[in-house]
Amino acid sequence: MRFHLSAEQIAIQDAVRGTLADCWPMDRLHAFADGADDFDPASWEALMALGLGGILLPDSDMGLLDAALVNEVAGAAAAPGPLIGQLLAVAAVARSGNAAARAHLDALVAGTTVAALALGDSPYVQCARAAQVFLVGSRESGLALVEAGAGVVIEPVQPTDRSRPVSRVTFEGAVRHELAAASDPLTAQICDAALVLVAADSLGGALHCTDISVAYAKEREQFGQPIGRFQGLKHQLAHMALDVEPARALVWYAAYAHDAALDDAPRAAAMAKAHLCDVYVRSTRAAIAAHGGIGYTWEYGLNYWLRRAAFNRAWLGSPAQHRARAADLAGW
Amino acid sequence: MDLSYGAEAEAFRAEVRRFLADNWQPAERRGAELKEFIRAFRRAGVERGYLYRSVPRRYGGSEQPVDVIRAQVIREEFGRARAPLEVGGNGVNMTVPTLLEKGTEEQRELFIRKTIEGDYIWGQGYSEPGSGSDLASVRTKAELSPDGTRWIINGQKIWTSQGMQSTHMFMLVRTEPDAAKHDGITYLLIDLDQPGITRRPIRQMTGEQGAHTFCEFFFDNAETPVSWQVGGRGQGWYVSRTTLKHERASIGSADGLGNQFRKLVDLARETGRIGDPLVRDSLARIEGFVLAHRYTSFRLFSCAAAGEDAGPVQLMMKLYLTEIGHEMALLAQELIGEYAFIEPAGAGGRGPRGVRGPEKWLDQIMGSLGNSIAGGASNIQRNIIGERGLGLPRDLALALEAGAEK
Ligand SMILES: Cc1cc2nc3c(=O)[nH]c(=O)nc-3n(C[C@H](O)[C@H](O)[C@H](O)COP(=O)(O)OP(=O)(O)OC[C@H]3O[C@@H](n4cnc5c(N)ncnc54)[C@H](O)[C@@H]3O)c2cc1C
Repeated sequence: MRFHLSAEQIAIQDAVRGTLADCWPMDRLHAFADGADDFDPASWEALMALGLGGILLPDSDMGLLDAALVNEVAGAAAAPGPLIGQLLAVAAVARSGNAAARAHLDALVAGTTVAALALGDSPYVQCARAAQVFLVGSRESGLALVEAGAGVVIEPVQPTDRSRPVSRVTFEGAVRHELAAASDPLTAQICDAALVLVAADSLGGALHCTDISVAYAKEREQFGQPIGRFQGLKHQLAHMALDVEPARALVWYAAYAHDAALDDAPRAAAMAKAHLCDVYVRSTRAAIAAHGGIGYTWEYGLNYWLRRAAFNRAWLGSPAQHRARAADLAGW
Repeated sequence: MDLSYGAEAEAFRAEVRRFLADNWQPAERRGAELKEFIRAFRRAGVERGYLYRSVPRRYGGSEQPVDVIRAQVIREEFGRARAPLEVGGNGVNMTVPTLLEKGTEEQRELFIRKTIEGDYIWGQGYSEPGSGSDLASVRTKAELSPDGTRWIINGQKIWTSQGMQSTHMFMLVRTEPDAAKHDGITYLLIDLDQPGITRRPIRQMTGEQGAHTFCEFFFDNAETPVSWQVGGRGQGWYVSRTTLKHERASIGSADGLGNQFRKLVDLARETGRIGDPLVRDSLARIEGFVLAHRYTSFRLFSCAAAGEDAGPVQLMMKLYLTEIGHEMALLAQELIGEYAFIEPAGAGGRGPRGVRGPEKWLDQIMGSLGNSIAGGASNIQRNIIGERGLGLPRDLALALEAGAEK
């Protein structure tokens, strides 16, 4: 029995955190947010140099839990890049028998070929202009890897989430490598894994919002005292922590259930996605309220997390949709 | 991560199951006969090292090395067989650990065996009419008898759970009126069966009255031997910190919460609302919290097994449980509809109940409020999370009195 992180898992999180602290400080995020790009090569290369691309390879000694821990840290830093798409493209391609798709595998693992996630029927895809391949499909239609180029039409939009800008993308007559039929268990596994990773990104974002609000409350003074001394604010902050800290275990469980192929893994993924996306939205709102005027500025940057929370919430199905699925899966 | 307990634990589980199959056959026994059977069963459980594992053999325990996995297997298997576990209550959860940590040899000899065998039932004599969250303000006073052998106690305690059943009480009394607030309190044990003590049940908001409600106690020159004082004179506040620690650990129970949630789903079925999309959404939303609580309990359990500190999340479990209880109460209230017009039989308590319909949820709807008050009110929990958990500075008023709150 073990249900807390190992020293190695903590070390991986520290490595990713340290890398992002170096290559993705707030001024980089600011510059990126006001720029026209949907991809940041420098931070991508730094993350890929850590070997993250291969976490979900079938013969890796890591699994979805480790992928979730990495995405938690990426979420905390509002990291750019299609990290979830990349990890899942590797997972799906490596488990498929499609030779043409598998020809991309080494470059996907290395991160030199960038994969964006286009699951579900939404036309919006993160980092689409940077992607050389797209992981497309749904539970109903199966999975495929689509090559950028002819037949892939990308129309940039002004994105709400400035850290991972979206474009509107259509795939008609593009080069397409089938990875898994709808009936292939791999299809549902990848769709479920995506939910867990979005939940993990949301967890990280919510933790970050809580941490910086607490830190600010210790520094900022009003009425001659740190504002964190005032019970009204203290209780707001306690509730932020109460909302996010126990929810961490929901992400761990969903990822563990996936890795251990437990029967309740699909439902655990739906529950984690629904719950953490709600938590994330609440945390970002509470953080801005807790900061006062500075929180309402663009400059302070909390809005990037609020925007990311808005994106995660709607991405791959809203909390209400996943709760409806969870109700069905429970046989209610 | 791995939620299986491992081969060693599974072998142990088989052993516990065999023990239960051989020893727990209550059959048709009733009344005194059943009571004697349970007593003998518990003795056998101690013999095998299943019950009172942290209590030394010389006081009637089984003195086992700390092993949270084994302890969990025992709870699971006893639960499955519906066999009685430890006696429970304040005595086992608070008095015994306090005596093991801070008691004298004489006190341990006198009280531990009788407590774990269920002969002594303990009331917690902390709260007073004027002292609740600000527990260190207790005013019930104790003075030494002229010969210095007994404490003479005068004052009042209130909200004592199980007060009508209690044979003994552990209490905080003021012995050094001139000392600083927290340094003037002494922790005493007292026999409740004496002329200087009057007890009265207090009718609860649940409607419950009589033998199973909380009580108030009046002390009018009540006495207890000085040798029944736990810890030094004026050290009672610090002794009481041990007990509250144990109380916190025993309140958060993930299995109980999970069972209650399953019953809430059953209620939605029973009332024909399970197909209602709003109800399904509310149930799944609440279940997110129930599962987060459950998996966090796994996390705490896993850290405890590995001897690692789980950090601030430990401080959140009571408030989390309280808040989930509120959410469940609100949905239950929606689901029972007009059944809310009918007071359930044996409301809030343990009287004869007979067959009860959805109105029985009024027990949970009202009872869940107890959690937000007893064992440290929710605002006090929020202070603890904010100050001890997040490291925020203490409230100015409270900062003046170090460690002032319950
Ligand atoms: C069912 C039940 C069983 C109980 N059993 C026992 C028992 O066996 N033995 C025993 O000794 N006691 C028992 N109690 C009493 C319980 O411990 C107290 O009720 C509790 O500590 C609160 O104290 P109080 O009732 O005096 O409320 P108060 O302390 O007066 O609190 C009233 C309100 O003020 C708030 N408040 C108080 N201080 C602060 C602060 N510093 N900051 C913000 N808000 C604050 C509280 O949160 C609460 O909402 C029981 C209570 C209940 C409901």
